[in-house]
Amino acid sequence: MAGLILRRLASTAIVMTVVALFVFGMLHLAPGDPAAIIAGDIATQEDIARIRAKLGLDRPLVEQFLVWLGHILSGDLGRSIFSDRPVAELVAQRMEPTLALAVTTMLFSVVVAVPMGILAAWRAGSWIDRLVMSFAVLGFSVPVFVFAYVLILLFAVNLKWLPVMGYVSFREDLGGFFKSLAMPTLALGVTYIALIARITRASMLEVIHQDYIRTAHAKGLALAPILLRHALKPASVPIVTTIGIGVALLIGGVVVTESVFAIPGLGRLTVDAILRRDYPIIQGVILIFSGVYVLINLVIDIVYTILDPRIRY
Amino acid sequence: MAVATPLETETRPARMGPWLFVRRYPTVVAGLAILLVMVAIAVLAPWLSPEDPARINPRMRLRPPSAANWFGTDHLGRDVFSRVLHGARVSLFVGFTVALASTVLGLAIGLVSGFLRRLDAVVMRVMDGLMAIPAILLAIAMISLSRSSIRTVIVAITIPEIPRVVRLVRSVVLTLREQLFVDAAVSLGARLPRILTVHIMPNTLAPLIVQATYVCASAIIIEAILSFLGAGTPPDIPSWGNMMAEGRTYVLVGWWLLVFPGLFLSLVVLAVNLLGDGLRETLDPRLRRSARNL
Repeated sequence: MAGLILRRLASTAIVMTVVALFVFGMLHLAPGDPAAIIAGDIATQEDIARIRAKLGLDRPLVEQFLVWLGHILSGDLGRSIFSDRPVAELVAQRMEPTLALAVTTMLFSVVVAVPMGILAAWRAGSWIDRLVMSFAVLGFSVPVFVFAYVLILLFAVNLKWLPVMGYVSFREDLGGFFKSLAMPTLALGVTYIALIARITRASMLEVIHQDYIRTAHAKGLALAPILLRHALKPASVPIVTTIGIGVALLIGGVVVTESVFAIPGLGRLTVDAILRRDYPIIQGVILIFSGVYVLINLVIDIVYTILDPRIRY
Repeated sequence: MAVATPLETETRPARMGPWLFVRRYPTVVAGLAILLVMVAIAVLAPWLSPEDPARINPRMRLRPPSAANWFGTDHLGRDVFSRVLHGARVSLFVGFTVALASTVLGLAIGLVSGFLRRLDAVVMRVMDGLMAIPAILLAIAMISLSRSSIRTVIVAITIPEIPRVVRLVRSVVLTLREQLFVDAAVSLGARLPRILTVHIMPNTLAPLIVQATYVCASAIIIEAILSFLGAGTPPDIPSWGNMMAEGRTYVLVGWWLLVFPGLFLSLVVLAVNLLGDGLRETLDPRLRRSARNL
């Protein structure tokens, strides 16, 4: 067991090193002079030289990477080109809204999607099943920001039930917090719900027709315990794995959702950084998001190897 | 439980009458029909559009849909209908190009790395690393480092899509590698390139085609998102994402600026997804078997 967990940790470290290499390498593999592109069209030679020095582009490549990696491991993500403030500080300031949105969306999606998938599998082929599957296809097809504007036009502009945009911290006003997150959560959740509902249905279907389920029915167990304890439990490995992998989807969606609803989180920080070509910020956000993604999946993997006796590599 | 009739097990679309095909695969037909209409719109956009999509008309700003401007006009008085028709070009071009490019590259990498174990370990770690970076952020980072153009957008969307294709191809190769016919080819002295292209590659095509449709759908969405965020298609080219980015300022007064591009965008992606789901059901024997067990 310990060896297994150690192996997982090692492979996670490798993946993160590859991520770091990518993020670092992009700056150097980009066609043309990245310093000149970041500086913009009206930059002087001094500006470009200043940016080049700031990004460390004037030193040998290997030295650059090692110095950079050392900084990152000690928590220094560099400084913003635009405001000259430390990226770690900017990121920390913007963390709360993003975390709030991501966590509410995740909880909401799982709570909605898993029962949907169970229902669809239990009544496979019925109108409920077809409804769930149609919703899943739609959820994959309507882009986050399009659905977000449908919600805004409906609930904020027409019905005036909810604020159009903005974010209220839960420390200030709990009701306002949930109101401000209602539409973003719904918009961001749709694709995620579609993903989870679909995998729940598929993995439940594989279990639900097995003999021991029929036995449970035959000995007169109620439907709920059969579906939840006998069927969902063994079907849950692919479901939870998909929830973990779907975090990548969620993170991409967060950036867009925050932009639509003017939520001052990491996504907004990133989008503002694109317009100013503030690469250190983009780089820092990528490293953090990828780290979170890898960590979540590592935890899921480890928890499952501990809990599920069927998984032994 | 549906009992498979002999006809169902030997499905051969070529011998089926067109009506039978429509009845058996209604979603594939619907997806294909919408997609064909969209391709026609994209190709014929200059002739179908009532106005030049770039023509500014300051006296006709922010007009709601009318007989003259079916989808209304935008903040510069440009005809939204003409712009939406032209927007199909960028979306479909990016979608098809990315699907093709990532499939070809992923196929090549997957074939070779599935067969050469030494290489495999390295390639798969690189792919794991790539997959750990959310696609949109990776694309944003690449675009922020280069000048904005459609080509940059295509490259930036293609690279994050490659790992999924590689994994798929590799998994097929890994199972095929142990098969008798591959052993036979090896013992007959066939060289690696020949084994890969003649014996292995044809078996990857069916799942690959399905995967390509999903890549296409995801590429269309990501292009729209990038353009919407101001990191995609240059603003002088009408694309659905660009149009919605310009229209978002007027969300309170001009719903048509957001609804029509959004509707077309969702329709195209829906069509591609329906096609992909249908193809998967017909091409993937594994799925067909499990569907029959229901």
